Amino acid sequence: MAMTASDRARKNRALQKFIAKRYQRRKIVNGLAYLAIGIATLTALVPLFSVSEFILRKGLPGLNWDFFTGLPQPVGEPGSGMANSIVGTAILVLLGSLIGLPWGIAIGIYLAEYGRGRAAGIVRFSVDMLSSVPSIIVGLFVYTAIVVPMKQFSAFSGGVALGILMIPTIARSSEELLKLVPQHIREAGLALGLPRWKVVLQIVLRGSMSGIITAVILAIARVAGETAPLLFTAFNNRFWHDGLGQPISSLPVQIYTYAISPYDEWHRQAWAAALVLVVFVFAVNLGARTIFRNKTKGSHV
Amino acid sequence: MSEVILETKKLVAGFGDLDAVKGIDLRFEKNSVTAIIGPSGCGKSTYIRCLNRLHEEVPGAYSSGEVLLNGENIQGLRVDPVAIRRRIGMVFQKPNPFPSLSIFDNVCVGLKLSGVRKSSVLKEVVETSLRAAALWDEVKDKLDAPGVSLSGGQQQRLCIARTLAVEPTVLLMDEPTSALDPISTAKIEELVTDLKKRVTIVIVTHNMQQAARISDRTAFFLLGDLIEFDDTSRLFTAPKQEQTERYITGRFG
Repeated sequence: MAMTASDRARKNRALQKFIAKRYQRRKIVNGLAYLAIGIATLTALVPLFSVSEFILRKGLPGLNWDFFTGLPQPVGEPGSGMANSIVGTAILVLLGSLIGLPWGIAIGIYLAEYGRGRAAGIVRFSVDMLSSVPSIIVGLFVYTAIVVPMKQFSAFSGGVALGILMIPTIARSSEELLKLVPQHIREAGLALGLPRWKVVLQIVLRGSMSGIITAVILAIARVAGETAPLLFTAFNNRFWHDGLGQPISSLPVQIYTYAISPYDEWHRQAWAAALVLVVFVFAVNLGARTIFRNKTKGSHV
Repeated sequence: MSEVILETKKLVAGFGDLDAVKGIDLRFEKNSVTAIIGPSGCGKSTYIRCLNRLHEEVPGAYSSGEVLLNGENIQGLRVDPVAIRRRIGMVFQKPNPFPSLSIFDNVCVGLKLSGVRKSSVLKEVVETSLRAAALWDEVKDKLDAPGVSLSGGQQQRLCIARTLAVEPTVLLMDEPTSALDPISTAKIEELVTDLKKRVTIVIVTHNMQQAARISDRTAFFLLGDLIEFDDTSRLFTAPKQEQTERYITGRFG
């Protein structure tokens, strides 16, 4: 059946009207959705800023020279500080990196360069599972595996716990970074008559070094604030540590110890320690991200 | 006929269950340039990648038949591909200098990673290799600059220098100029003619004029088969096969 010209015009007008109405509706819905997203974003930022503000307000009064140089003193004694905890955290993080770094990178290399099929799938899945294991469970594991046989809380066991926690982050990010290196770079290395492991370590890995360093720093920032896995591994120590086989103090555990004590003096110091820890983690995070951004901007691998 | 340095016998290669190369017999003479031409998908690249055992690095790849280097079969599990690739170097389609390395290190990385440490030796190798690749004059004042900072054509010559540094006897080139502008292409072509004094060259190319300009012998591949192999001048002026004639006159492919 043929449509007449007026039929067509009428249909067209109706369609125009419909479209105009829909457009109005869409504009309103769009505006509302935009508003909702804005509110949600702001609410998400509130905790971050209020926590920072709170810690700053509570922590600043407790900060003084003694805090960075002195050892913990009995309540009421002057010159009390957390020098041993600051150094202890540094040592624990270093130990953790010494364990987690080579291990994590090795897994990353396996997954990116050698892993094929089912075996690689299982490894990848296990690494992902490991990253979701609560850190206190890792602490319990190290307690059973190292502390109990050695009959001793120790800096070493604390380092192992932190190392295990670093593995998944480092493994997965080094895998992703290695995969970013195009295949033809590997082939170029192989075509020079170099064995595969040398190509991977000296050419491919070297090309993604800046990224991997960033991943390591982020992993360090993450474990530096861990308390739970240290509670029954590194434990705590009021004095300078006495070798890696002995308990060692750390900022998070010291914060915990002081925070649950009944003394105002100790509470003040716990707040100061919290401030130091947060500033450290923020600074490391920001630093690593800035370096990474600058490094990735100019280079096209 | 002069000495045959590299030869394939009934070489079959492919991926999964698809034969890309269907039993090819070819002989490459010492200090000659052999061009392999043919339409896309004819197995040129797969073939040339079998010659230095790079083909097997791709998951799912397989190959059979023989590849003889100086009469010695280099196929099979008993032969270490690493040792073969030292003697048969390769230049790729896209210039691929190592991203994190300087110009200097890009050239000597092959030697360095195989244990040559003496800096006087490395310096000398870098200079001779860069000279051989006709790049020395352009980069001699900035050897510490990153390899990727060079232009595309310079990068490709850097890759040639890198390959020459380990002193291969055969140089495989897989469409080395297809990503380059005409001036860079001309430089590489000139270089190929120079280099055949010291190495035997096998070059895959899409560009028939290029094959005609620089090669001594030309092989025409079609769908994984060798259709014709002859002196370049004869193949381009008086092809024996009809398919060759149709391809070189641009009627298909």
